[in-house]
Amino acid sequence: MGKLRIAGYWAAGCGGCEIAALEIGDKIIQLAEVADIVFWPVAVDFKYHDVEQMADKSIDVCLFNGAIRSSENEHIAKLLRAKSKVMVAYGSCAYEGCIPALANLTNRQGIFNRVYIETPSTDNSNHTFPQTSYQVPEGELTLPEFYDTVKTLGQTVEVDYFMPGCPPVGKQTWAVLEAIIQGKLPPPGSVVGAGTRALCEECPRVKEEKKVKAFYRPYEIMPDPEKCLLEQGLLCAGVATREGCGALCPKASMPCTGCYGPMEGVIDQGAKFLSAVASIIDSNDPEEINRIIQSIRDPVGTFYRYSLAESLLRRARIQ
Amino acid sequence: MKRISIDPITRLEGHGKIEIFLDDAGEVANAYLQIPELRGFEKFCEGRLVEDMPQITERICGVCPEAHHMASVKAVDDVFHIDPPPTAKKLRELLYSAFYVFDHTTHFYVLGGPDFVMGPEADPAVRNVLGVIAKVPEVGKEVIKTREMGHEIVEIVGGRKIHPCGALPGGMSHGLTEEQRQHIEEMARSLLEFAKLTIKVLDDVVLANKGYVDLILNDSYLHRTYYMGLVDENNKVNFYDGKVRVVDPGGKEFAKYAPKEYLEHVAEHVEPWSYLKFPYLKKVGWKGFTDGPQSGVYRATPLSRLNAADGMATPLAQAEYERMYSTIGGKPVHATLATHWARVIELLYAAERLLELSLDREITGPNYRTIPTATPDEGVGIVEAPRGTLTHHYITDEHGIVQKVNLIVGTTNNNAAISMSIKKAAQGLIKGGKKISEGLLNKIEMAFRAYDPCFGCATHSLPGRMPLEVIIRDSHGEEIQRISRGLH
Amino acid sequence: MAEFEPKIVGFLCNWCSYRGADLAGTSRIKSAPNVRSLRVMCSGRVDPTFVLKAFQLGADGVLVLGCHPGDCHYKEGNYKAARRMALLKKMLAQFGIEEERFMLEWVSASEGDRFASIVNDMTAKLKKLGPVAQQG
Repeated sequence: MGKLRIAGYWAAGCGGCEIAALEIGDKIIQLAEVADIVFWPVAVDFKYHDVEQMADKSIDVCLFNGAIRSSENEHIAKLLRAKSKVMVAYGSCAYEGCIPALANLTNRQGIFNRVYIETPSTDNSNHTFPQTSYQVPEGELTLPEFYDTVKTLGQTVEVDYFMPGCPPVGKQTWAVLEAIIQGKLPPPGSVVGAGTRALCEECPRVKEEKKVKAFYRPYEIMPDPEKCLLEQGLLCAGVATREGCGALCPKASMPCTGCYGPMEGVIDQGAKFLSAVASIIDSNDPEEINRIIQSIRDPVGTFYRYSLAESLLRRARIQ
Repeated sequence: MKRISIDPITRLEGHGKIEIFLDDAGEVANAYLQIPELRGFEKFCEGRLVEDMPQITERICGVCPEAHHMASVKAVDDVFHIDPPPTAKKLRELLYSAFYVFDHTTHFYVLGGPDFVMGPEADPAVRNVLGVIAKVPEVGKEVIKTREMGHEIVEIVGGRKIHPCGALPGGMSHGLTEEQRQHIEEMARSLLEFAKLTIKVLDDVVLANKGYVDLILNDSYLHRTYYMGLVDENNKVNFYDGKVRVVDPGGKEFAKYAPKEYLEHVAEHVEPWSYLKFPYLKKVGWKGFTDGPQSGVYRATPLSRLNAADGMATPLAQAEYERMYSTIGGKPVHATLATHWARVIELLYAAERLLELSLDREITGPNYRTIPTATPDEGVGIVEAPRGTLTHHYITDEHGIVQKVNLIVGTTNNNAAISMSIKKAAQGLIKGGKKISEGLLNKIEMAFRAYDPCFGCATHSLPGRMPLEVIIRDSHGEEIQRISRGLH
Repeated sequence: MAEFEPKIVGFLCNWCSYRGADLAGTSRIKSAPNVRSLRVMCSGRVDPTFVLKAFQLGADGVLVLGCHPGDCHYKEGNYKAARRMALLKKMLAQFGIEEERFMLEWVSASEGDRFASIVNDMTAKLKKLGPVAQQG
């Protein structure tokens, strides 16, 4: 039996997942003994052409990170799906859209207008926009099409496993790689590299009763180092986020922002977080309730920071 | 017109492709670097809470999230008109120095370094990090350790190894215990030794080789541009804070500005064939893809920072700074490939600075954050990202909800220069009728790689090759010649 | 061209508002037929996910009707609804879903006319607003 053939690809993401893959440290030596990297543009200079030449299903596992934002992202996702036995949505962008999916609150025209016309440093009185096809004196230059809506990998191709995290932490990445090497993966469609319950289970802070009369922005207070952050009025997403990272942010005195996605069985992370926050408001008086809610000034950015593309509404409605 | 497509460019944050057009005589008529991606942070950050920006904007780049985290929090401090306490600034710079150490290490040993350590025409099978490790074995282990230690420091101070969460307006989310400080100090000492080792590697393997020195000074890799970098009050290089200084191609100070003044100095040009804009110096103007004092094209790279400054703030780095300029002869240095040398000098400075800060009495102080009281409105934050000057500019309403965002990101500064470097290298190397060799392709890549364009991947499991394929087509799009190297 | 008929999904609590809707019907009070009523035991049962799902499936408006404060069959369910729905309404605005499209109201079992007036009111407003914007 030959070595495992592994591929990696980075679509509309930041590269953090590529770096995260290296957090397995010296385990990479073990990996190199049993696997060959047959395509990974960030590190290895194989071309799209080489993937096209591969037989279908000849790649054993493809770790695909990044969201689907352009025609190039979509094309490569479909190409790699055809050539791979197992497709893993690695990291939050591929799994649920992550930060790039916040662009679903706007659209291509909104983004183009801002980036290429309105920004104060931009000098573009001709209103030149990037074109998918443009004739220069020497010939034609092409660019991929920029879509209005960011999609997840799962909304574009069939995905076998989902690995949450922005990015996934080192020990979880190794756990999944080990499972792949040993052939011990759970049933397809599963979320891997994380637990099933809320982050609260991993968080060392002391939890008592959640009854809040006011919410605070993190810069407004110096939180108690031992107590639950949500109980102190910070909008900590841990209560609606899947465990798996070790509660890094709460340990650093910052509220969790939800990058490991929803818990098992939850279809819309933002709705869950919103519901949890509303539930702990300690008031039955409509005026007081409104006053408390006033202080939550960016509900969609707080509740759907990483999961907008995978949410029920998926994007804002724009006329 | 014949056309050479290099698609995709690899070892880049995101994606890129190069299109080289040859005229009938087989000479390079033009070369275009197209960046085919855009995500739209400057739009979708509208409506966000400004204190969330350090964590949102750091997702622009997962290789240098620390740079965005810092530029962003400085902009947010400015929005709240708050000056963080000294302990907070030192903690931030401590984190930032650790980041510079492992980031520059990654580029030198895995991305750019192999060209020199192994040689630009060396067998592709060894012209990579594995070859470097085989040639200088004691170094390989140290590179891995360096990355791990650097990330550990970032996690201690910033909460996470990748995408830190610790920066808040007014300071940091938590302080440092004495135990943590001692651990960091120990690692800092180790990292300083590694930085010194890297200088030695550079000396023994690169600078001792006349062929490489000639390559570095070769005219194909030379541009006489303006240079930009952040400097402290003594005009010494500083990555975290200071004013932006620009020198002209002759080395004379052309501008020096505080973050708030950036719009008077930098503007961005748009082309229809790339999603990435082209910054230039406003007071000189956009004259196209050319260099020289009449063109507003500038560079912001490690070499630029050294050119724009009067020296380094720490002793060992300063000695190396002087040595580089006296060896190459004069200042500024225009040789793009000398950026690798400048990068190693910065690595040394970052390590010295890291140790300095870890020994500072205030680093474990209890005062790591001040609570803002002013009404938020507008702010600009600038740091030096490893790949160039990084500017974040936010306008908020009175509740600190972001209304407008403008970003000028590290590599973007160099977009025009990279294009020019590729074209010049291609013109120098592709001559009419001459068959395109493998080493030639690599030399075109070297022009691009010196800028460390936002992402150089550090991996230890490279199969030891830099496969590349070049397809030459005639004007009908028919393939005439295909050169591949290192492909299975 | 046919006039736009908004599709409204209504979540009505079993003990008050659903009975109020029934009363409107048996009393033959004229109310717009645009609401599809779903009976839940309590307005506090309405998970934000239900509302979002309704909009995702193409609803032009969503109504949640519960007992008046103090009258909830389960004591506090409607207070829970009040908190949740207020926050949800705020967030829906960021999705481009106008505030007229999502209402939380109190209707008792004897308020058939109130039920009709709420439904007619919302239908009229949505006719003016038009269908929910196309995605993107």
